[in-house]
Order: sequence, then structure tokens, then C-alpha cells
Amino acid sequence: MKLTLRIWRQKDAKSKGAFVTYTAEADEEMSFLEMLDVVNEGLIQRGEEPIAFDHDCREGICGTCGFVINGRAHGPRERTTVCQLHMRSFQDGDTLTLEPWRADAFPVLKDLVVDRGAFDRIIAAGGFIASAIGGAPDANAIPIRKENADLSMDAAACIGCGACVAACPNAAAMLFVSAKMGHLAMLPQGQPERMDRARAMVAQMDAEGFGTCTNHGECEAACPKAIRMEFIGRMNADYVKASLTGGRRAAGSEGGSG
Amino acid sequence: MELKPNIPDGPIEKKWDRHRFEMKLVNPANKRKYTVIMVGSGLAGAGGAAAMAELGYKVKCFCYQDSPRRAHSIAAQGGINAAKNYHNDGDSVFRLFYDTVKGGDFRAREANVYRLAQVSVNIIDQCVALGVPFAREYGGLLDNRSFGGAQVSRTFYARGQTGQQLLLGAYQALERQIGLGQVEMFPRHEMQELVLVDGKARGIVVRDMVTGEVETHLADAVCLATGGYGNVFYLATYAKGCNTTAIWRAYKKGAPFANPCFTQIHPTCIPVTGEYQSKLTLMSESLRNDGRIWVPKAKGDKRAANEIPKEERDYYLERMYPSFGNLAPRDIASRAAKRVCDEGRGVGPTGFGVYLDFHDAIERLGQKKIEEKYGNLFEMYERITDEDPYKVPMRIYPASHYTMGGLWVDYNLMSTIPGLFVLGEANFSDHGANRLGASALMQGLGDGYFIIPYTIGNYLAREKFPAVAADHPEVRAAEKAVSDRTERLLSIRGKRTATSFHRELGKIMWEHCGMARDRKGLEHALGKIPGLREEFWKNVTVPGSGRELNQSLELAGRVADFLELGELMCLDALERDESCGSHFRLEHQMADGEAKRNDEKFCHVAAWQYTGEGRKPDRLVEPLVYENVELAVRSYK
Ligand SMILES: Cc1cc2nc3c(=O)[nH]c(=O)nc-3n(C[C@H](O)[C@H](O)[C@H](O)COP(=O)(O)OP(=O)(O)OC[C@H]3O[C@@H](n4cnc5c(N)ncnc54)[C@H](O)[C@@H]3O)c2cc1C
Ligand code: FES
Repeated sequence: MKLTLRIWRQKDAKSKGAFVTYTAEADEEMSFLEMLDVVNEGLIQRGEEPIAFDHDCREGICGTCGFVINGRAHGPRERTTVCQLHMRSFQDGDTLTLEPWRADAFPVLKDLVVDRGAFDRIIAAGGFIASAIGGAPDANAIPIRKENADLSMDAAACIGCGACVAACPNAAAMLFVSAKMGHLAMLPQGQPERMDRARAMVAQMDAEGFGTCTNHGECEAACPKAIRMEFIGRMNADYVKASLTGGRRAAGSEGGSG
Repeated sequence: MELKPNIPDGPIEKKWDRHRFEMKLVNPANKRKYTVIMVGSGLAGAGGAAAMAELGYKVKCFCYQDSPRRAHSIAAQGGINAAKNYHNDGDSVFRLFYDTVKGGDFRAREANVYRLAQVSVNIIDQCVALGVPFAREYGGLLDNRSFGGAQVSRTFYARGQTGQQLLLGAYQALERQIGLGQVEMFPRHEMQELVLVDGKARGIVVRDMVTGEVETHLADAVCLATGGYGNVFYLATYAKGCNTTAIWRAYKKGAPFANPCFTQIHPTCIPVTGEYQSKLTLMSESLRNDGRIWVPKAKGDKRAANEIPKEERDYYLERMYPSFGNLAPRDIASRAAKRVCDEGRGVGPTGFGVYLDFHDAIERLGQKKIEEKYGNLFEMYERITDEDPYKVPMRIYPASHYTMGGLWVDYNLMSTIPGLFVLGEANFSDHGANRLGASALMQGLGDGYFIIPYTIGNYLAREKFPAVAADHPEVRAAEKAVSDRTERLLSIRGKRTATSFHRELGKIMWEHCGMARDRKGLEHALGKIPGLREEFWKNVTVPGSGRELNQSLELAGRVADFLELGELMCLDALERDESCGSHFRLEHQMADGEAKRNDEKFCHVAAWQYTGEGRKPDRLVEPLVYENVELAVRSYK
């Protein structure tokens, strides 16, 4: 099949970017990134700079890949990262517009590559259980209801790709943050720090410049791992409770406890 | 040079305890005076960095991805072993140790393996404490599944995303230390040189992959946890960025590279479809718990799978290995698949495929149960192939998946370079000639959480570390080496892309140093690789500059190292004139086609020491002594 690609090219974080048009030949069995590989091989051979895009595992689990195809984060197929998307989802003659995640908190580094360091900083602020390595009790000492373990796992499946932010008209990071809070809040191990965690993660999320949630639901639709908005509800409930109980300490300042 | 494994004395069950007692300790108040570099943020790297930071050391951690959470460990699917014996089915530390030594076809160091089995128990406890949502039974206790090469159920899992969940646990512990200021994290930084001062590892030179800046980081010790080198085959189940650069630089600075030819070809991966293919996707070994592997009995049978009646199918693993059946170890299952395909009984458009069929399991357990256990794997398969494995059997074929070889380390995980420690898949230590499923995650976390925090202290407490000046001649030389290399790659402006060289190297390696090897093929490969490398340095083209985010440059640098490593692998495979585990020399097989070891001549680790450009490296030997497991012919029948 033949395709027309309009791709965002931007030299670096400081430069202005623009769309450049390319044509591509693809085969149905190819993955979307393999189609771009072929375009890039052609560019390199002509001595031109290839299109920069992030990717690593190419099997939908590392969360490295991600850009917007025709206005949709990770492209047209539900619950699919762009690295898992195959050309059979497209048709001969299609025109596809590719652009990076757009959000103030995710500055563009080059072409389709953005800086998602803000997500790491939110985790560093409180997205963990402070359990000193070496001091853990037997793993079966605390039985966990299967339903809770499963729900925790549903939330923990988040790959941190940033599609939720890119899809949200407000560039909010609520789905990401709520997934981490939900993962830990569903487990008994996550209880002692639950309220501190809620406060610290939300404070960092705000400091990073993510927008506020106005319940559009675009995040859930774009999420390649089907993380549900129900976690946002749970997060809000925790946050309200945490605000009422007041701050005890800055997240993580205790160090080595547990 | 002599390889000193530094195995503690005493009975095997007591060695680690005793060693821990005899180690010198760093006083808690002094720990903050030491800086340790950790290259890598996978299970070994993130786990080790977090654990050392918790003890009070200052840690600088590096990875090439944009976030430490994306290290390749994230992609591990099936599970992690531990000798918990929660299911009362006869497991024990000794049995895990025994299975691992046997699975490795008697080419691993007993003392290391025993310690690994011991700490396996603590790993699960630690992971649960950190919030890893392992699968549970209705009673609320942890569930287990079975993996290859074992007759007990000791594999803990989190759906088909075990690596992801374990890594997120370690990553969160690491991020916590970053938040506390104990760890400084450098994502998108690639290590390109090791700095040695007075013979000790004292730092690394990295390239900032966003700005192109070349930076030196100095420390009191350097740990490499940079993962495996299986992308040497080009098509592999590894993430695209996985590379050998860090350990290869260390090799060229004098750290011996052990058993480079021990590479694991995993039996269950989605087959290749076309030339443009960029990677292969694993279908977890855990699927072999419920899936049955078969091919048609007749050659060239082109009927659809469901049109072939049961009597006309050959469930070859069940037939050949009745006691382990579909759970035969990987090397054996891979070779069996190759054999039936070479006989002309392979399935799918290329004939290089076998069926992994869930029909019987779905009938027995219901689709819902299967979905719960493997849902994400089935979905992954469907995304790639456009076929529904609930309805038609999966098609699978072996692919490069893991490297047992790596930098040589002693019992303390230290290479022969003082202060250079190597963790996780990057070292050679625990899996011998073949790794059992679900044991890499165990080793990564074992090395990171429970071993390096002790052994590093013992090293730091015994040595003195005079300050190294930023303009020390060794530092300057290492920086210059990095800049020169970048310049050289950019200045060639030839006609071929780095990928095209990588693909060509991969084909040579797959054909001659893959699932089956022989003298003729290896000699042929050894004749071809130097020529390909020479052409690379004359004819590769790398657009752009070194002072920016330049993915072509990153790739070219990695391919250049693979082109050197590939040669060493073939050399190692040639000189190891026996078959063992994954290393199958056609010249050495039993009447039934099983690997035939030669314990008299090759019951040892072969570690290669670099002797200079264009010179044959020295082959050093560490004899292996089996005092606790009887050296025997491996049988899974
Ligand atoms: C698809 C797949 C499934 C698997 N499933 C299982 C399983 O179910 N059970 C099991 O036990 N094992 C499994 N394995 C094997 C296991 O995942 C790996 O062996 C293990 O995770 C390796 O961990 P590691 O910490 O050693 O390295 P990795 O996780 O590979 O991490 C390497 C780190 O080093 C960094 N790095 C590399 N080079 C450089 C450089 N030059 N400069 C800076 N940083 C660098 C990377 O950024 C990364 O952070 C699987 C492997 C694959 C490929
Ligand atoms: S590349 Fe890993 S999720 Fe797409």
C-alpha cells in the first residue's frame, strides 16, 4: 500500500517545528514502526536525517513509544500502543498526520520524541511503598483478597507512556497518577502511607504543570492498557480525605522505615 | 592471568552466611563518603542502586531509556522462581539449586547457584512488601505456575507481566531514593568507556543522548547491570536498544568475557514474516503449562490445523520427553522444533513454525480461566498475527532470547578489574550453558537486592580511594576515545545504513552460531565477520552530528560493538569442542540427538581476555568442581 505521511519535524527543544510530507510504501504485515523504519532507511541512504521517534520493546509493555496519528494517541486501534499497531489497520492511499504528545509538561526534544521526566518525578514524590530492602516479612504472612490483588494489578498495568496526557484536552495526568495510587491503595502494604502518598503525588503533579481533570474521558479511551477512570474517582476520594487529615510530613522524608 | 573465583570455604549451605560474617563492613556514618556508579536500571541495576542507597551510599544510576522504568526487564512475561515450597510439592533450596545446575548442563559455578536459590526466598518477600501484585488464589495466598526443567510449581507471576511488576517495584524503590537525594539518576545517558585509575575501576564516560555532551563521572566503584547481548542476532526478543557496549568497553579495558557462545534460543516466539522485520516477540514459556506443541506427522501437510485429526499430529515433546513433556528445557525444546521443521514438517507460510495449541486446555478449564492466566499474551499474539489463539493454535518458532555468557565475575560479582562489579544478565555467573525459565528475574533481583549491597561494602572497606582529578590522564584518554569514535562514525559518510550491517551480521550469527554449530560453519563465520566489520568502518553512513539527539549515531555505535563481539562468540563456540546446553555442536551428539558433553576436557568456564586490536584474545579457564550435584548426563525423558 502507498501512504502519504505528514510528520512533525523539529530539530530540538529550542527550535520551531513544522510538518513535512513524505510518501511511504508498506506491506500489511508490517508494524507501524517498521513502516517508519523503512522510511528512515531511505532517508539515511539519501544522507538526510531520519525521523526521530522513541521506541524500545516494540511489544507494548515498556511505554517508550507513542505519538499521535490523525489526532489519536497511539493511532486508531483501541488498547494498542503504536508499536503494536500493524499496517493492516490502514488502507492504500491513506494520509496520516504524525505528531508528538502535546503537553506543557512534556516538552518536545526532537521530532516525535518528548521528555516525560515529569512522570518519574511524580513517582519520586510518593509513588512507592517505603519498605527497606532486607526487612520484609514472609510473603504469605498477609493474605490478600484475590479481588483486591486483581484490581491492584489492573491499575499497576499502566505503562507510563503518556497517552492519557496527550489525549486529554487539558493535558491532565490524572489517569497516570490515579493508576499508581490505585495500585498501591488496593494492597494492605500500601495503607500506612496512603494519605501521604495522595498528597505528595498530587502536589508534584500540580507542580509539573499538568492540567486539571474535567471528566472528558479521553484518557480512558486512549489508554493502551485499558486503565479505567474509576481509579480517578478513587484517587479524588483519597485526596479529599488526605486534605482533611492534614499533612504530617513531606513524602519520603522518613527514609528507611517499614 | 589466573581467574580466582574466591568461593568461601565450608559446606555449600554455609558459604554465604559465613562469607557475610567474615566480610569487612563500612561503618554506617562512613557510607555516605562513598560514591558508587550503577549502569543500568533493570532489575539488577534498579534493585542494586536502591538497596545501596538505602544503606547510605551515594549512587549515580544511568540508563539509555528516557526513564529507568523502561529497562528491558519490563518485558519479562512469565514469572520468577523461588524455593518457597508454598504448595508442599517437594520444593526446597537444594532442589532449586539442583535443577539450575542440571538445567545449565553442568557449566555453572555451584556456590553461586546455591546462594541464588537461598536468596530466592527473600526476593518474593521483598517484592510483596514493595507492592508487587502477584497472582493470588481465592484464599488470598500466592499462586504458582510451572516452568520448564522443573517438576515442582515454584514460579510466581503477575498475569503475563511479571517483569513489569517486579521492575516497577524496584523502580519505585529507586525513585524513592532519587526523591531523597541518595541516588542521582541519568536517563538517556549511554556509557561508552570505563575509566581505570591505578588498575581500579573509578568511573565511566557517558554520552548525553539529548545534547551529545561527553561527560565523565567518577566514583569509588562501578557496577554494570546492562543486560544481555542477544541483539547480536539482529532478530531477537530483546528491546531494540539492548546492546553490548558497556560490557564490551570493559572487556577491552581488561575484564575477561566468559562463555560468550552460551546464548539461549527460546522455543516459543512468533515466527518471522518478512525482510523488514525489526524484532521477534516472545510468547512466554508459561504458555507451555497449558499449550500443547505439535506438528503434522506427514511432511508438507498444508491443511489448516483444525482439519488435521489428532492421530495425524505429532506432539513431539510429549513423545520424546514423556516425563517433562511440553515443559522440557528451552535448549532441548528449541532444537526439537528446529529438527521437525528441518524435516519438512513445519507449519505456516515459511515452514519455520510449530503449533502451540490451547484447544484441550480451553476445553478442560474454560476460556475464562485461560484468559485470566494469559490474556495479555493472547492479545499480543493477535495484534501481531491477526489470528485469534482462542480459536486457532499459535504458530511459534525459536528466537534469540537470553545470554548466559557475560563478563566473568567472582563469588562477589567482581570482575578481574578491582572495583568493577557486574550484575544480572550482563555477568556470566549462574546459568551455565542454559538458563531455566523464570530464573533470570530471580538472578537480577538476587544480585541487586541481596548480594551487591554486601559485597560492595567488603570491597570499599578494604581499599583506599585517593581522589581522581577531572583532568587525570586516564580520564582524558577515555573521553578522547569516546569523542574520536563518534567523529569517526560521523565522518565515513558511506552508502550503507548501520541497520543493514546489523541485519547481515545477524544472519551470519543465526546460521552459524545459533541453535546448531559446527566447525565448518564457525570457521566460515570467522572468515566473514572481519570483512563485514571492515566494510562497516569504510561504508557506513551516519547522518547528523554528535551534538544532538541522533538515533542513527547511537545505533551505529552499538552495531560496531556487535561486529566485534560476534567474532568472539564464534571463536568461543569453535574452541569449545563439545556440546553442552545451548551450545550444540553437530559433531558432538548422542545417538538420539541429545547434546554430548565432554567433561574431561571442557568442565570449565572459558573467559576471554582482550590482548589488543587484531590479536587473538587469550582463553583463560576456571575449572568447575561439582561437590554437591553429581556430574551426570542430563535427562528429561
Ligand atoms: C521478552 C522477554 C521475556 C522474558 N521473560 C522472562 C521471564 O518470564 N522470567 C525470567 O526470569 N526472565 C525472563 N526474561 C529474561 C529477563 O527479563 C532478563 O534477563 C532480565 O530482566 C535482565 O535484567 P537486567 O537487570 O540484567 O538487565 P535489563 O533489564 O536488560 O537492563 C539493562 C539496563 O542497562 C541499561 N543499559 C544498557 N546498556 C547501557 C549503556 N551502554 N549505557 C547506559 N545504560 C545502559 C539499560 O538502559 C537498562 O536500564 C525475559 C526476557 C525477554 C527478552
Ligand atoms: S516500544 Fe515499548 S511499548 Fe511501544
